[in-house]
Amino acid sequence: MTRYLPYLLAGTLFGFVLVKAEAASWYRIQEMFHFQNFHLFGVMLSAIACGFIGVQMIKRSRQRETLDGQPIAIPEKPAGRKNYIYGGLTFGLGWGVVGLCPGPVFALVGTGSIGAIAVLAGALHGTWLYGALKDKLPH
Amino acid sequence: METLLAGLRAPWPWYVAGPLIGLMVPLMLLIGNRSFGISSNLRHLCAITQPRQVAVDFFRYDWKEHTWSLVFVIGTMLGGYLAGVVFANPQPVQLTPAALAMLQSWGFAVPGREFAPPELFDPNVRNLTFLFAAGVLVGFGTRYAGGCTSGHAITGLSTLQLGSLYAVLGIFAGGLFSSWVLAPLLLR
Repeated sequence: MTRYLPYLLAGTLFGFVLVKAEAASWYRIQEMFHFQNFHLFGVMLSAIACGFIGVQMIKRSRQRETLDGQPIAIPEKPAGRKNYIYGGLTFGLGWGVVGLCPGPVFALVGTGSIGAIAVLAGALHGTWLYGALKDKLPH
Repeated sequence: METLLAGLRAPWPWYVAGPLIGLMVPLMLLIGNRSFGISSNLRHLCAITQPRQVAVDFFRYDWKEHTWSLVFVIGTMLGGYLAGVVFANPQPVQLTPAALAMLQSWGFAVPGREFAPPELFDPNVRNLTFLFAAGVLVGFGTRYAGGCTSGHAITGLSTLQLGSLYAVLGIFAGGLFSSWVLAPLLLR
């Protein structure tokens, strides 16, 4: 059980920050997509920059090991183009109206929002639908 | 103590929140060589609940190997509870005048302390149906693309993955279309 504790703490920090960044706010998402405020662009860009620097530091360190001594491999996404573009478009269509991407969905479910629970229920059905139709879709 | 509490309740500027979110990528690698991402948990939840008689291959794998990820997302809910309920921001979201004018032209009231507008999130049949349907797009799309904002925009771009760049372009194009065209049309 204790080996999962770091993930629980990191996840708690993540959920806390998502709410404090107001990335879980429908209003802020509309503001972002209409280019009316730099705030969420700043969040995304500084997150990517910070992630990049952290990953480069791991890559360049002599001891590339996890806390419990396994080797670290920087994850590679599978090759492809259509699945990324079509999938991204579909997700974006949902995100632009509902204002919640999966991280904020879970964070808002934690606040007890019935609306967010409805989005989560829909997202689970959408995931299931993809799994059932996967072989018929262009990838 | 007072200042600490005020700091925990107030919203955080982008240059505080963004780096903390980005930190998740190296942190997950350091904790256990894991790739940071949220939407794969939707797949794990489907794998856990899939009935035997409708077995879809996509959900037939040992989800227990991904327990760490489900634990992370339990943490995300806990963090949401702490930030949104225990240390809730006493002020409404401070929108730019341009955003306020736009939302009012869509017929939305000035935002209160909720994260999402009551016009859209108050639990009635119309709203819940709409939210469920939009959720289907989110779940279908993220699995089709193999990731969401966390897995592609943050982990993927910060590790320079070409596929993630395609996904982010798709996500942004879809989001622009729906927030400029669908949202005013459907929500008005």
